[in-house]
Amino acid sequence: MAALVVLLLALACTGGLYAAFAPASKAQADETAQSLAIDEGKKLFSVGCASCHGTGGQGTSDGPSLVGVGSAAVDFQVGTGRMPAQQPGAQIPRKKVIYTQAEIDQLAAYISSLGAGPSVPTKEQYGPEGADIANGGELFRTNCAQCHNFTGKGGALTHGKFAPSLEGVDPKHIYEAMQTGPQNMPAFPDTTLSDQNKKDIIAYLHAVNGDDTESPGGLELGGLGPVSEGLFAWIFGLGALIAVAVWVAARTAKAKKS
Amino acid sequence: MSTNDTTATRRGKAPAGERVADWADGRLGIYSLAKTNMRKIFPDHWSFMLGEVCLYSFIIIILTGVYLTLFFHPSMNEVEYHGSYIPLQGQMMSEAFNSTMHISFDVRGGLLIRQIHHWAALIFLAGMFVHMMRVFFTGAFRKPREVNWLFGFLLLVLGMFTGFTGYSLPDDLLSGTGVRFMEGAILSVPIVGTYLSMFLFGGEFPGGDFVARFYSIHILLLPGIMLGLLVGHLILVFYHKHTQFAGPGRTNNNVVGMPLLPVYMAKAGGFFFLVFGVIAAIAAIASINPIWTMGPYRPDMVSTGAQPDWYMGFSEGLIRVMPGWEINLWGHTLVLGVFIPLVIFPLVLVAIAVYPFVEAWVTGDRREHHILDRPRNAPTRTAFGAAWVSWYFVLMIGGGNDLWATHFHLSINSITWFVRVGFFVVPVLVFLATKRMCLGLQRRDRDKVLHGRESGIIKRLPHGEFIEVHEPLSQDALHTLTAHEQYKPLEIGPTTDDNGVERKLKGSQKLRAKLSEAYFGDESQISKPTVEEYKEITSGHGHH
Amino acid sequence: MSSQDIPEENLPAEHGAGHDEHGAVTVADEKNPFADPGLPPHEHRVQDIDERAARRSERVVAMLFTVSMLATVGFIASYVAIPHDKAIYVFPIGHINALNFALGLTLGLALFAIGAGAVHWARTLMSDVEIADERHPVEASPEVKAKVMDDFRQGAKESALGRRKLIRNTMFGAMALFPLSGVMLLRDLGPLPGTKLRHTLWSKGKLLVNMNTNEPLRASDVSVGSLTFAKPEGLEEKDEDFQTQIAKSALMIVRLQPDNIKDKRELEWSHEGIVAFSKICTHVGCPISLYEQQTHHVLCPCHQSTFDLSDGARVIFGPAGHALPQLRIGVNDEGYLEALGDFEEPVGPAFWERG
Repeated sequence: MAALVVLLLALACTGGLYAAFAPASKAQADETAQSLAIDEGKKLFSVGCASCHGTGGQGTSDGPSLVGVGSAAVDFQVGTGRMPAQQPGAQIPRKKVIYTQAEIDQLAAYISSLGAGPSVPTKEQYGPEGADIANGGELFRTNCAQCHNFTGKGGALTHGKFAPSLEGVDPKHIYEAMQTGPQNMPAFPDTTLSDQNKKDIIAYLHAVNGDDTESPGGLELGGLGPVSEGLFAWIFGLGALIAVAVWVAARTAKAKKS
Repeated sequence: MSTNDTTATRRGKAPAGERVADWADGRLGIYSLAKTNMRKIFPDHWSFMLGEVCLYSFIIIILTGVYLTLFFHPSMNEVEYHGSYIPLQGQMMSEAFNSTMHISFDVRGGLLIRQIHHWAALIFLAGMFVHMMRVFFTGAFRKPREVNWLFGFLLLVLGMFTGFTGYSLPDDLLSGTGVRFMEGAILSVPIVGTYLSMFLFGGEFPGGDFVARFYSIHILLLPGIMLGLLVGHLILVFYHKHTQFAGPGRTNNNVVGMPLLPVYMAKAGGFFFLVFGVIAAIAAIASINPIWTMGPYRPDMVSTGAQPDWYMGFSEGLIRVMPGWEINLWGHTLVLGVFIPLVIFPLVLVAIAVYPFVEAWVTGDRREHHILDRPRNAPTRTAFGAAWVSWYFVLMIGGGNDLWATHFHLSINSITWFVRVGFFVVPVLVFLATKRMCLGLQRRDRDKVLHGRESGIIKRLPHGEFIEVHEPLSQDALHTLTAHEQYKPLEIGPTTDDNGVERKLKGSQKLRAKLSEAYFGDESQISKPTVEEYKEITSGHGHH
Repeated sequence: MSSQDIPEENLPAEHGAGHDEHGAVTVADEKNPFADPGLPPHEHRVQDIDERAARRSERVVAMLFTVSMLATVGFIASYVAIPHDKAIYVFPIGHINALNFALGLTLGLALFAIGAGAVHWARTLMSDVEIADERHPVEASPEVKAKVMDDFRQGAKESALGRRKLIRNTMFGAMALFPLSGVMLLRDLGPLPGTKLRHTLWSKGKLLVNMNTNEPLRASDVSVGSLTFAKPEGLEEKDEDFQTQIAKSALMIVRLQPDNIKDKRELEWSHEGIVAFSKICTHVGCPISLYEQQTHHVLCPCHQSTFDLSDGARVIFGPAGHALPQLRIGVNDEGYLEALGDFEEPVGPAFWERG
């Protein structure tokens, strides 16, 4: 185990040193890598996506044009399993992801080559460093809670559509969703919801709907508010009290003759 | 004086307790009071304890509520938050919200008391609802208990509003949305709506007054009235003595059970601790109204899934499923889309409250009733009650339509349409089905009385036929199953008098006869077995 | 609680006797088989006849009371020992506050054990012989009623209320009027409505300030498919009347392709497809903002009123009675979005004087 860690560290250091000392060649390498990725992405696209979005991503009656949607949209749609879509419905749900991250990156490279659009955010953009959680909370309640609930448990939209729960969603995907506005969700571009705003929102969401978020009062009951509380009060509260009442009022068993 | 002397001479010096009692009796007359009440009889049945659940949760609410007032600041002044909950640091909020945060995070045990208070409130209202249904379905509201029925009904309604005002006090984003809804509903009132709203909120919504005003309503005005009604309710329970189910030895002129001292002192007193214990345990394990996740109220913010507490759910359903009707005439607006639900809201409750008086009018019965009905033996009443409950629950479904939509993958629009249709259709269907069921059960009781209980033993007769042996019932059971009374439908007599002249019948008389027929006609009850029928069948035995 | 088998000779005599009387004879009364057979004879519990069982019950009750005492000690110990912000993980409840959990459980146990002890005591050790108490009719006897009526008539006569009409009428007048003072005192609960509900902070030339960044919005900031909320320039969260002002002037800004806008006035009042609608629902005033960018529908989370933002925000579903008010906007010389006046109709819920 220790050996493995050392090896990884060494590799990372070498890579870092290489990047530091060979900027020119790196740029060149990047360029070739980029065009390779675009080629690979195009192949993947024509197999998995072109039937709906058209061979050049120009869109058909079955799927929108992808020109100018940017790599962030691809990374979100494919990275959360929404794309490729399986069956028509009110809305395309989150599913098991069928492409590897490398393949998704290639697809994203191809799509962004079709026209400029929002690109996949970096870790610095959506990471927790420098985020103001409380400000994120205020922004969340202004911009997000109306559809996704106070702490991102999700909610209903018209005709069977819904705002999904944000529990366990990769911060990167949340960032991308805000930036690109997937499906019926409106976009919150950097011009109206700044980079820092998005970071704050993600940090808030992690604080109130993360894996280790504390629910001081006990069972969270889904975080859905009075409906689940009411059901709990009826079933477990009044239910327990009626069970107790049955015991209190019941006649004690009589002695039986053997 | 003379009693004192005799006790003193009999026992030497009376024990201290007795001397204290003597002192009190000389001033308060407690012995005369105790004479009739100390060994007061209460019948044993679990459903007779539902009212106690309400009484005890009310006491728990008062105890915990007083504690909460020690820390709560009913003020809407905006302050910056600097407590220990990090995701709200530095946020602007009202003092009401700030102090509720303080209770929840910085007062040791404060969160527990808050949660006990809120859970007990939900259970209090659920308990009142179930208690009222018990009284309704067993006919315990009949003479002489109609006034107590109304007291109980008022307690339920006041409880709803006390709950609503309490829910609004923390000034969080969820309850603020509820208050906003209330303001919109008030604005819809024709002519005076805007005035009422300005007077209630001290100006435009939300203003800076409503928390303080709701506070005095929540902690003083409404609970004060409720306390008075509650005392009256209990005095009447004592005065009327408790109802009981039919059974051997239980008549309309007695009450059979256990004495207050000692059995019910221990059982009822113990039950208080049991109720308190259960609610405290619930408050330890389940969170309620976590205002820190909702944040402070701002009129331009909202969350999906905004619902009131459960007891207001049916009004929420009414408002959600109502079509958006609005009439503009002569420069005025009639906001029917909001005002109609606002009017139906009390009518839903009144429908059940006035039922006892309607039934008394239909039966014309002026006797006292202390023996409870089994619901099946009053099919029309039971069907009406079930229809009302179904109506109430259809509306509750409407009130939570967004959550049913997300959790059962339905369209919110379809649920709304279901409730719109169900509002009219479901109660009718439930009424018909319940009545059928009651009649079926009556028929089964009749068969049981006449033919005995199915023993489960199969016998083969000499000629090869298989029969199930029926055991005759004990007299206890025979009595219990035939103890109920059956009314005859009201006769209005011939429509013409002896001379062939048409008699004048008032509309109300005709209506009454029609209702009476609907209640007690052949379609609506199975006549209970008579002694003759029983004897005929039992003497001609071999019958199964 | 669970019944136990008792040898026959241990049962008291009356039990067997009673059993013979009622159990064996199915129909006692030949004339009326449905007649009330009367209270069944008392049957004994194990505790009534077996002192050992009774002592067991006593020990159970005492144990429950002791548990309660220990739980209270536990409550005090938890209060003192557990820091108020300590979190623990309890399966299956989750990450919860340790103090709340400990206090609640110990308090619950202390109370429940007292109750359980008392009830067990009542059920197993106190007499369970059923007693019948007579009822008496509530109505008074005719003699009592006659006496009361007489007294009343006498009193009424002595008061001379019926005879001296002047006294009676002025008294009723005084009694009817004095509560008016109380009603008057309620007048200052709030101001008269006047035209307050008709105006907001918006006026010609006020910039649209982005809620998120607190900066004025440029037309170029707002892209098709995006959703932005705005407040009027100059309104700050620390202002004393912020809550009341934002309750009326909150805006929802979206951009549509101009040829997607079906309503002529909406297009006129927009700026290159950027439309500004009131965020306050016209039903009962929730901040409506569940915008579906593909359908251009906006849904209210409270009561599901649905508006079509591409068609003058008219109501297409739900309980709202009229369209969302639109704010006429334009762009100033520096490219910032500005209001071209106040809303032309009142925002928020409808009311009688709205017209």
